[in-house]
Amino acid sequence: MKLNKALATVALAGSVAALSAPAMARDTISIVGSSTVYPFATVVAERFGTKTDFSTPKLESTGSGGGLKLFCQGIGTQHPDITNASRRMKTSEFELCQSNGVKDITEFRIGSDGIVIASSKDAENLDLTLEQLFLALGSKVPVNGKWVANPNKNWSDVDASLPNKPIRVMGPPPTSGTRDSFNELALAAGCDELPEAANLGKDEHASICESVREDGAFIEAGENDNLIVQKLIGDTGMYGVFGYSFLEENADRLQAATLNGKVPTAEAIAADDYPVARSLFFYVKKAHVGVVPGIAEYVGEFTSNAAMGQNGYLKDVGLIVPPRADLMELMDKAESMPNLTLGELK
Amino acid sequence: MTDQRSQAEIVRQSLKRRYRKERRFRAYGIMAIAIALGALIILFTDIIGKGYTGFVKTTITMDVQLDGGMMYLDDPTDERQIKMADFVEPLVQALIKEIPGATEEDRKQVRELINPYASVTLRDALKNNPEWLNTTRTLTFLTHTDVDVYVKHAGDGAYSIKLNEQQRAWVDDLLERNVVDTSFNNVFFSGGDSRDPSKAGIVGAIVGSLLTMFVTLILSFPIGVAAAIYLEEFAPQNRFTDFIEVNINNLAAVPSIIFGLLGLAVFINLFGMPRSVPVVGGLVLSLMTLPTIIISGRAAIKSVPPSIREAAEGIGASKMQVVLHHVLPLAMPGMLTGSIIGMAQALGETAPLLLIGMVAFIVDVPDGFFDSATVLPVQVFLWAGSPELAFIERASAAIMVLLTFLISMNALAIWMRKRLERRW
Repeated sequence: MKLNKALATVALAGSVAALSAPAMARDTISIVGSSTVYPFATVVAERFGTKTDFSTPKLESTGSGGGLKLFCQGIGTQHPDITNASRRMKTSEFELCQSNGVKDITEFRIGSDGIVIASSKDAENLDLTLEQLFLALGSKVPVNGKWVANPNKNWSDVDASLPNKPIRVMGPPPTSGTRDSFNELALAAGCDELPEAANLGKDEHASICESVREDGAFIEAGENDNLIVQKLIGDTGMYGVFGYSFLEENADRLQAATLNGKVPTAEAIAADDYPVARSLFFYVKKAHVGVVPGIAEYVGEFTSNAAMGQNGYLKDVGLIVPPRADLMELMDKAESMPNLTLGELK
Repeated sequence: MTDQRSQAEIVRQSLKRRYRKERRFRAYGIMAIAIALGALIILFTDIIGKGYTGFVKTTITMDVQLDGGMMYLDDPTDERQIKMADFVEPLVQALIKEIPGATEEDRKQVRELINPYASVTLRDALKNNPEWLNTTRTLTFLTHTDVDVYVKHAGDGAYSIKLNEQQRAWVDDLLERNVVDTSFNNVFFSGGDSRDPSKAGIVGAIVGSLLTMFVTLILSFPIGVAAAIYLEEFAPQNRFTDFIEVNINNLAAVPSIIFGLLGLAVFINLFGMPRSVPVVGGLVLSLMTLPTIIISGRAAIKSVPPSIREAAEGIGASKMQVVLHHVLPLAMPGMLTGSIIGMAQALGETAPLLLIGMVAFIVDVPDGFFDSATVLPVQVFLWAGSPELAFIERASAAIMVLLTFLISMNALAIWMRKRLERRW
């Protein structure tokens, strides 16, 4: 009988522990969102944890879309307080937020990131225009005025000045914000330079200009950019698409292709001179400020000069920091926390 | 007569071929084992080769002049003053003094050799020992991760060295004089995760794993054992119990990610439990281990010979007494073995935890079942995906820690089976 009692006690203890869960208040900030912003936000979170008496925020890397979906799920401590994004919130996501009661949101634009096309230092470097990039990687390209499945096998098929080597490019999967930005900023921009693109309808434009070929020339490599870097070093015929911070980390082994004649440098990306640059954001749920302790202070830390100034620690981890004037604006925003409106997103 | 002889002849003739066939068959078996062992050896040498440096840290020991004026600090017990004090300056000054030929002009380059968290170490040391103010102390700090990488991996093509020529020369010199030194990486075993590889530790993940495993064990073991006993000893044999049995066997083969989705839908969305906590992780993993425990439990109960049940019944024991006094104690070793193997499986699981938010950057070591936590395999996953190269060796080191846990759990299962199992 003793065993019987012991079993019953253990089972009861387990179920009591499980049922008491919903009543829990949370004293740790919960942050979700983009894997591109993750390396920067984690550094801020850790600094914030050591500097202040608040506990260190918890960060999940869910991707920009996944993060916004969780963020817009509702108000209450089971939902995240802040979401990071490597693109701006879409109007549809804003409306989802509104319909779930997440009315007051503040948007912070926290600097930029560039997408680079890199290869091993031993490989032949590419000097591409966006148009050539589209012709090499688009799923359909115009041949004699007709859109057909991309027939280009070698880089030299695209343009005689390019190396006579097969087109093989590794890049992020469609779930990634990097891929969204790459499609939008690199491929669509290159597509628009073709005279044939002018005649495309809106839907056709999206399906043709923003899609990557699927015949094996473009290899999806998962979210792990380190893997792409290692593949590139081992294979000089391969090119890779990833964020600028990975290029910087591996600067003595990788080189970046020039796009429209521009070399990706921190300066060129910050000045929007490099064509494939994007802004990074985070969004704060104002209803949670004051409920979960430390949100305002965390935002303050993120927008401080120590973090995002010209000598800030985020610069050391590869963030391309905003100019001083923008940073001052961000600081004001962190204090007043203005509401994001639908009009701003359109 | 002639017939018989020719038959013996045939047998003799075929003998050679048959022996050859057998030898070949044995060779195939040996080859299969060799391939498996070879793969294992490659895996281990790769992990250990890449990871052993994760257990080494690089430190710098120097005489730090804790000058109050330099730090803007005259009372280390005053929180306000501590907040506004400069703890970097004394470190930079101390290091400039250590490096022959370095001047005030090189301060930026010198500062880049010191770990960004060294100032926090100094701050905490002063907070705990206010009497140190205005004295000179010999203190040891972590170096910057770039120095760590240079010291451990200079000349290794897989790593990028980010120090410039000047800094490399300084570090070489400091190394020679043992100012910069390497030692066992106790930081790795004393702290939580960090974005600075030198400061990253695995304790947060270990504690998270233990908490999660505790919940898993406390839920799945009693439920699993009770289900096994009922199904084996009490349940009537009919279509319905057959149906249950088939389903339990199927459940054991369901991909673990499905349990994660179930956990997300039921525990988090329906019951409103918080994300990233060990309780939810434990609940999900216990769903995953339950079928394993039930199946092994039933097998253990089945292996108890019927004569024992009959003997107990013969002297007047009730059905329940038979089960609790005789069958269960005899079946327990087998059940425990099954449970440990199920738990070892759960310990190595990441996929279901991805969906319930346990794949997260968590610095503080969790101190309860409702505190955000992550687990060992998730920590490996997170480090392997970090841009900093120094995390590669940390990831491999974490794999070694995880493997140690798994191997010791499996060894425990084998030992228990050897020790407690009864043969009839």
